[in-house]
Amino acid sequence: MDLPRSIRFFLEDTGDLARFTGHYFGLGFSRPFETGELLKQCYNIGYKSFGLVALTSFIIGLVLTMQLHPTLVEYGVASQLPVMVGLAIIREIGPVIAALIFAGKIASSIGAELGSMKVTEQIDAMEVSGTNPFKYLVATRVLAATLMLPILIVMADAIALLGAYIGVNIQGTTSLTLFFSQVFHSLEFSDVVPAFIKTFFFGFAVGIVGSYKGYKAAKGTTGVGNAANSAVVLASVLIFIIDLLAVQITNLLGFN
Amino acid sequence: METKKETITTIPEKQETAIVIEHLYKQFGTNKVLDDFNLTVYKEENVVVLGKSGSGKSVLIKCIIGLLQPDKGNIIISGKSINGLSHNELDKMRSKIGFLFQGNAIYDSMTVRENLEFPLRRRWIKMSQEQINAMVIEALENVNLAHTVDMMPAELSGGMLKRIALARTMILKPDIILYDEPTSGLDPVTAREIDKLILDLQKKYHTTSIIISHDMNCVKKTADRVVLLLDGKCYAQGTYNEFEIADDPNIKQFFE
Repeated sequence: MDLPRSIRFFLEDTGDLARFTGHYFGLGFSRPFETGELLKQCYNIGYKSFGLVALTSFIIGLVLTMQLHPTLVEYGVASQLPVMVGLAIIREIGPVIAALIFAGKIASSIGAELGSMKVTEQIDAMEVSGTNPFKYLVATRVLAATLMLPILIVMADAIALLGAYIGVNIQGTTSLTLFFSQVFHSLEFSDVVPAFIKTFFFGFAVGIVGSYKGYKAAKGTTGVGNAANSAVVLASVLIFIIDLLAVQITNLLGFN
Repeated sequence: METKKETITTIPEKQETAIVIEHLYKQFGTNKVLDDFNLTVYKEENVVVLGKSGSGKSVLIKCIIGLLQPDKGNIIISGKSINGLSHNELDKMRSKIGFLFQGNAIYDSMTVRENLEFPLRRRWIKMSQEQINAMVIEALENVNLAHTVDMMPAELSGGMLKRIALARTMILKPDIILYDEPTSGLDPVTAREIDKLILDLQKKYHTTSIIISHDMNCVKKTADRVVLLLDGKCYAQGTYNEFEIADDPNIKQFFE
């Protein structure tokens, strides 16, 4: 019996992505290393995303606090606001929101850039110039995304907590020292480390999906548009799937 | 109509071969693009491969440079078969072959200088920055565009981009150059300039060329020998003048 077209396409695409990922691990860490291009991509992917990630994280911290405050007051635990906001930001909201914003910016950008390079034969031109385009274009972007997102998320968490502090002070008065000491006292190893580790996987997912969609883009402007669009959609879905798996694994390991 | 083979058979008497293509087959799905294609190109000869759109001309030169893998057959370049070459050996072979892409394939995120430096740096040739600069300027002077060295591709016209692409192709002074429709999309005046540049550079660097084209002015100007690719086979070959007076309707249609 023939499988429906959409299911066949999904299975083929998943298989292709798995092969592409395998190719990355087979080739991405072999010599010669493209150090110059890697540093350039770290700048493009990391530094240039900081503003957007910082802004959204700040707003999320602020809004989360303002939304939680009335409920906590109702239950008479308003003093626990920094603890609750801190846990929510560090464990879940900070990494996931920053990763989604990162996916929207970087997966689409990598998908569109590599897609347009593919349709204008720039990737072929690299290959005939003695360059392995997979190493030069894909390996550097994936590694840069994997390394930069965790750094961005650490900064995003700090900025979101700052937003939360301002949110707390809109509705009351708490000193900065008190707010942060309450937040940090409530945090444990099991809150910080698993949340940090999963950010590497988020970054990897964004880099590999963006590169895969761009590298496999169909000819024409529609192909480039589809590559950028599907890169964001798939990267975002993968972030949620990785998050779900990370929670399950940390539960199994007894970190919760 | 039955496919005739080699209706015109004037072949140069030069002895030293640059490229020998033997029984080449390439199929995409059920579409046979190359079907027992044979061709010998002699040193310092300009061979124009003529054929309708979609007849497999670009596929042929992509097989020669190793961007596509033929299904069957043998390609011998400077006495060495490219079948079964390792990636490094293929890379070494490619350093002797230039490829001018139909859409230029200029890296649009790099300046003209960086575009020309790219093949030099990627070949891991040990050169000082002064030597690299001198080679870049020489290549640009060959195409009369030395003043564009620090410009971005977006600032240049289509004809200028074609000349920059030609300069980049020539920068490693290859023995063989493969031109994929070098005058397509250009106005007649610019196309004539490109034809002249191809001939001038061929004279200067004694290169062997395969030119893919269906622009009859380009064919007339540049061809030592014309080859008609039809139904995946080398249908006819001869000089431009022989083609011009041929009675065969498959040849005549290009001159109407």
